[in-house]
Amino acid sequence: MSTLKPEVSSSDHIEGSDAASITIVEFGDYQCPHCAHAYPIIKEIEQAFGDQIRFVFRHFPLQESHEFAFPAALAAEAAAMQGKFWEMHDALFENQYRLSDDLFEELAETIGLDVEQFQKAILEDAVKQKVEDDFESGVRSGVNGTPSFYVNETKFDGGPDELFEMLKESAE
Amino acid sequence: MLEKGTTAPDFQLNATPDQKIKLSDFKGKNVILAFYPADWSPVCGDQMALYNEMLKYFSKHDAQMIGISVDSAWCHNAFQQDRKLHFPLLADFEPKGEVSKAYGVYDDEVGESKRALYVIDQEGKIAWSYLSPTAVNPGADGILNALEELEKK
Repeated sequence: MSTLKPEVSSSDHIEGSDAASITIVEFGDYQCPHCAHAYPIIKEIEQAFGDQIRFVFRHFPLQESHEFAFPAALAAEAAAMQGKFWEMHDALFENQYRLSDDLFEELAETIGLDVEQFQKAILEDAVKQKVEDDFESGVRSGVNGTPSFYVNETKFDGGPDELFEMLKESAE
Repeated sequence: MLEKGTTAPDFQLNATPDQKIKLSDFKGKNVILAFYPADWSPVCGDQMALYNEMLKYFSKHDAQMIGISVDSAWCHNAFQQDRKLHFPLLADFEPKGEVSKAYGVYDDEVGESKRALYVIDQEGKIAWSYLSPTAVNPGADGILNALEELEKK
């Protein structure tokens, strides 16, 4: 059974309470249709389980299959420099159907970023390194496609629907 | 499947309609053999697409990735172009499945290779192997661990 490497830490983007008993980590790609399908289901899971769950997103852009996957991941990390990772994350999935090179700046404006700073950040090595570190962590953790989910550091063999089912059952 | 430490059976298969590749061509390099059932799996990031994204991690360990299935060289050609794959796919096509059988990973019932991985060391010996359930894409963590073990030697 594959496990998460490295463990969740403060360098991750974490949504939810640190006191949560269940940590879900998703490895995803902003251009992957299956990840876009998972996006609202994760929101539902977060609503249904509230403080019991914390959600972490790591980048796993399939650059050869998806030309905008890597730039989109950079955009999310660049937004994170202004404390708006999740706003960009949500906007990217909600606008996946119209991903293009021009979209990132438009979304940056929509979510209220300083656009000039955002554009600079996209080019920074540290931003690129974060995306690559996430990818390597996925390779190490046995990611075998996107999205891949880990529940409390153990790979979950199934998609978002199965994940929701499993959580509901274990809560009963 | 073949035991760790045994010599990997040599083979020669078509990589393109007019080019053949021999396992022994790679002596002095580590080789990863990824047997898989068929080209054109209908998912994002299927096993071959995934390895394609990870080639730089394999080359860090001086390892050559090679995919093998019973699809023909023409089929591989089209698949490779469509998915922009940067490593060879070999056609275990004629006699069908011969190499897969030599490595103990042929599924007689469906007439396809099973989903199986071999890491072969620089001397051509089997260093690690893994048979995955056909429906489960095994990822690459096992391969990387095996390559790291080889480096420790």
